[in-house]
Amino acid sequence: MKNHLSKLVWLLVVLLGLAAVASIAFSRGESISAMWLITAAICIYAIAYRFYASWIAATVLVIDETRATPAERLDNGRDFLPTNKWVVFGHHFAAIAGPGPLVGPTLAAQFGYLPGTLWILVGSVLGGCVQDMVVLFLSTRRDGKSLGQMARDELGAIGGTAAQVGTLAIMIILIAVLGLVVVNAMKHSPWATSTVAATIPIAMIIGIYMRNIRPGRVLEASAIGVALLLLSVVAGGWVDHHEALRGYFDHEGLNLAWGIIAYGFAAAILPVWLLLAPRDYLSTYMKLGTVILLAVAILMLQPVIKMPAVTQFVDGTGPIFGGKLFPFVFITIACGAISGFHSLIASGTTPKLIANERDIRTIAYGAMLLESFVAIMAMIAATVLEPGVFFAINSPAGFVGKEAADAVAKISSWGYAVNVEQMQALANDMGESSLFARTGGAPSLAVGMASIFGNAFGKNLLALWYHFAIMFEAIFILTTLDAGTRVGRFMLQDMLGNVWPKMANTSWWPSVLISSALVVSAWGYFLYIGVIDPNGGVNILWPLFGIANQMLAAIALSVATGVLVKSGKSKFAWITALPLLWLVAITTTAAWQKIFSDDIRVGFFAAAQDMSAKLVAGVLPPEKAAVAPQLIFNQQLDAYLTLFFVAVLWIIVLDMLRVCARYVSGRIQHSGIESPYVKTMLE
Amino acid sequence: MWQFFKTAWRNIRQLSGDDAYERYLQHHAEHHVDEPPLSREAFFKEWQERKWKGVKRCC
Repeated sequence: MKNHLSKLVWLLVVLLGLAAVASIAFSRGESISAMWLITAAICIYAIAYRFYASWIAATVLVIDETRATPAERLDNGRDFLPTNKWVVFGHHFAAIAGPGPLVGPTLAAQFGYLPGTLWILVGSVLGGCVQDMVVLFLSTRRDGKSLGQMARDELGAIGGTAAQVGTLAIMIILIAVLGLVVVNAMKHSPWATSTVAATIPIAMIIGIYMRNIRPGRVLEASAIGVALLLLSVVAGGWVDHHEALRGYFDHEGLNLAWGIIAYGFAAAILPVWLLLAPRDYLSTYMKLGTVILLAVAILMLQPVIKMPAVTQFVDGTGPIFGGKLFPFVFITIACGAISGFHSLIASGTTPKLIANERDIRTIAYGAMLLESFVAIMAMIAATVLEPGVFFAINSPAGFVGKEAADAVAKISSWGYAVNVEQMQALANDMGESSLFARTGGAPSLAVGMASIFGNAFGKNLLALWYHFAIMFEAIFILTTLDAGTRVGRFMLQDMLGNVWPKMANTSWWPSVLISSALVVSAWGYFLYIGVIDPNGGVNILWPLFGIANQMLAAIALSVATGVLVKSGKSKFAWITALPLLWLVAITTTAAWQKIFSDDIRVGFFAAAQDMSAKLVAGVLPPEKAAVAPQLIFNQQLDAYLTLFFVAVLWIIVLDMLRVCARYVSGRIQHSGIESPYVKTMLE
Repeated sequence: MWQFFKTAWRNIRQLSGDDAYERYLQHHAEHHVDEPPLSREAFFKEWQERKWKGVKRCC
């Protein structure tokens, strides 16, 4: 009886899911409710989690509940520690979910809501979640080894080195583009700038409180910190209305970029307890709180999606970034569908906490589903805006024109009506002087969130909600920036240590200063170029980040596929091989187009040549001519960087195929790197 | 109901690391009776340093 009932319930879930997907896929011309997106997402997640993930756990990975995990066998009360499933889930989700799933879908909304939504749903359940789950399983069976170590053990030295170099490269691009998103949110906005600036001393106060005043009282300190952060949002409004004070926080993008670069350097060399650790606490609470709040607000308000399902920009002429729907929607939305970066968390940190192998499905597959859901909510927040407003906020001045009148004329000519008064009224509502050309996703997401929150919880607070959303995004972008710079510094010190052992000493000041300066100048360079680029920089950096992130995912999936084949599970290897094949196809196509396309908005070399020709002919306006040589150099550098990423990708894939072929032909036996079986004593 | 809140609160404390020192003391009492445990300050210092070694945050 119970069995029948459960079958009936799942049948209903399947039917409801199908109805929801059909209604978002086939509705044309009339606007649809965001609830259909939410329904489709939840049904697909539920089915995938209940059936696909269970099948992978039971049949492919052969989860063994009786086997002691590294947390149990190596329990040292510190990093190896058997931990409650939901606590590990919380840690894992907080670690994997950063600003990526918020920014990517917002940018990809230029294609309409449908392509991005479908990719987020399909990519996560078949790709991202599977990657996270298999990597977590492999690392758990190998005493929590990192992805780089597993690549070295399973594929060989080439794979291991590629994973390490790839991670450092992706980190640099990621930090630069996130820095750019924050700069675009803060430029000429005293409110946003003062609020974001206030988060630094607040984090320090909390750091000192947790270390010296009340050591280890984390929750108490965090509660004070969250209260101070909310106060800083309100105080930003006072600063904005104060004639003298607002001048201190009203800056050009370039000054803000220098500020962020200086901040990044300071954060990399300051002790973690003073800035990084407390900032991370605050950003984690803010992140969880805001995601829950957004979900509640969307459910309460049930907003209507105003963006068409598919826009004309699928042909590659989109204002936010150039390039056709295939492959660029898959590159733009990495986090939320499949993110290679997760494999670094799923190996190394999380496996050392898992109390029993049966928790792996919930922790890895489940946490990625939740991240995917965050991406769906970001897509909703972007597409509930009037499309004209969305494009006015996100289109760079270099594409639609610097003057508001030009910009609205151009955007309206695409069929997305918007006018200057409407934009001015919106800016006034949000407490900003202008919302034009704030490329990067944060401001349009903040406007979207503010209108959802405002309609759900009170409209008179729009400006507060807007700056709350900006603060929320900025605080965890800056956390990623701090943490990334620091990790980059450690990795660089490690690599330099191979040449000169003294450099590997993480407490030797000359090494700390030199390697921090190198990492900061690497991302600082891309940030600087992004800010001086009249086309906004995001159009260059975000695809580069997407390609790099997908490359890392391909490394993780190659390791996973190689291990599946080597453990005699070739017939199931498609669970990771198919997503890998898809990633190789999209990444290679995207890289090919970024390098060789004649379209100057897609091809790096084409853009460099076009600008050189214009510079020689003297047709560039003086302010553009002044920065043209730097932009030309950067376009060429980006082309070579893309080439490097795609080369690394192919090396890994070919290396994996070589190892698989050797195993299948019987020339190598399975290496048996798994830690030996020990029966669990827990429970 | 009361039990639910108690469990939730315990998980929140564990999730945030608020009870890390208490759990350390417990582990210490079970496994290393012969040596004195670290003080709260010293433990927390070490805990934070360790927490931030390596890739701990993603995009």
